[in-house]
Amino acid sequence: MLLHDTALLFRRYARQTLRSKFQMLFGALMPLLYLLFFGPLLTDMPLGSRGDSWQILVPGLLLQLSLFGASFSGFALILENSWGVVDRLRVTPASRLALLLGRLLRDAALFVFQSVLLVLAALAMGLRAPLAGILVGFAFVALLTCALASLSYALALKVPTPQAFGPMVNALAMPSMLLSGLMLPMALAPGWLDVLSHFMPFRYLVDAVRDAYVGEYATTTMLYGVLVAVGFAVLAVAVGTRVYRDAGT
Amino acid sequence: MAIISTAGLAKTFSSKAGPVEAVRGIDLTVAPGEILGFLGPNGAGKTTTLRMLTTLLPPTGGAATVAGVDLRQNPAAVRKKIGYVAQSGGVDPQETVRDELVVQGRLYGLTKAEATARAAKLAADLGLTELLDRKTAALSGGQRRRLDIALGLTHRPEVLFLDEPTTGLDPGSRADLWKLVRRLRDTHGTTVFLTTHYLDEADALADRIVVVDKGVVAAEGTPAALKERYAGSPDASLQDAFLALTGRAPAPVDTTPVAV
Repeated sequence: MLLHDTALLFRRYARQTLRSKFQMLFGALMPLLYLLFFGPLLTDMPLGSRGDSWQILVPGLLLQLSLFGASFSGFALILENSWGVVDRLRVTPASRLALLLGRLLRDAALFVFQSVLLVLAALAMGLRAPLAGILVGFAFVALLTCALASLSYALALKVPTPQAFGPMVNALAMPSMLLSGLMLPMALAPGWLDVLSHFMPFRYLVDAVRDAYVGEYATTTMLYGVLVAVGFAVLAVAVGTRVYRDAGT
Repeated sequence: MAIISTAGLAKTFSSKAGPVEAVRGIDLTVAPGEILGFLGPNGAGKTTTLRMLTTLLPPTGGAATVAGVDLRQNPAAVRKKIGYVAQSGGVDPQETVRDELVVQGRLYGLTKAEATARAAKLAADLGLTELLDRKTAALSGGQRRRLDIALGLTHRPEVLFLDEPTTGLDPGSRADLWKLVRRLRDTHGTTVFLTTHYLDEADALADRIVVVDKGVVAAEGTPAALKERYAGSPDASLQDAFLALTGRAPAPVDTTPVAV
């Protein structure tokens, strides 16, 4: 039943997303602007990391796309909650995990699709990376999306007005991006900032994707990245499922 | 044997100001095929009780069985046997009537073919056939309410919970909905647990009424018995009985006559 209900709800949400071309493309706009107008500034600059500037910037933009996109996923749930759809689904026999996973898989598919657009644009601008590394990057985007969207849905059920939800998410997402070295490697940072950034899970993810983009997969950085991404996703989905189950208590 | 039975069912919310006892201990029984009107002034604990019985809120005390299943031990099994129509509805304006009905059926374990056939049957029964491929955002209030009820009936539930089902409807739509509720009970034996602020509605529809106040059952009986007991005559209005019992009106009352 878990698989059946998850697939059913995934198709429902995917159908809704496919009907909204704006939603499908708009999320990729900000990273594309960074790629077009910020990326060329970094060409030939020493960035303290292996690979050229595109191999450093594009992994950061991929995770930035996921960070900002998935963190705001809860907006849709606030709307659905106001329509009564959330309660209607919660009274069906569908498992609480399926109610969440159906959404998360749609979100992961959407942001991987936008990541593909971003990478295609980056390839046109000069990115060169192994195919396996690019695929690893997409896998990290999918995992991070599941984790952040799950937490976003949990927050949306606890803070049920868009006026409160938006600023809260923004206040968390912006420092997370800056402290994770998504735009530039933290190797360039002063010691205190480098130490602080180690408390951000996204740092481990972006470092792992940067390794993948230079074709290095069997590294400690990659191991940490995988462990943090999987652990964060499992923890976040557990939190999201629990909040879905107990919503309104 | 009762299809709904509660004993001391309670819900206490925690808040910064301390615990809030929304429902202090509800004892009630509902017989199979009965239409029960569940009334009370604002803040009496109606909605909280309804949300507990529909598994949306876990109780913090007492016991309850719904359709023969222990609510606290096995809420998942309760969900298979009940239908719920919330006051706010539950349809997604981005979806069509057909998609909503089919998805709902499939969440209750119907195959795609079964869910499609069931959607067509419910649409025919509730006058929605012409609207099957219309976006729910384009439905009128009455049409959307009928769709809400169709969603609640997809799996032929033993108990249908209706939370303020006619709020906001015009008199014609209210009358249609009353007929539908009676038909459900008469032809399918469905038990209906109905909350409403409209005392004329409770009077016309309910076999029996339970009045809650301050989180406990304040009175129960047939509409005629309550009127006689609290307003002095079976010919008095339920509004008089309700006022005598609780000292408060249930809510602003819609006095528009409903043709039945």
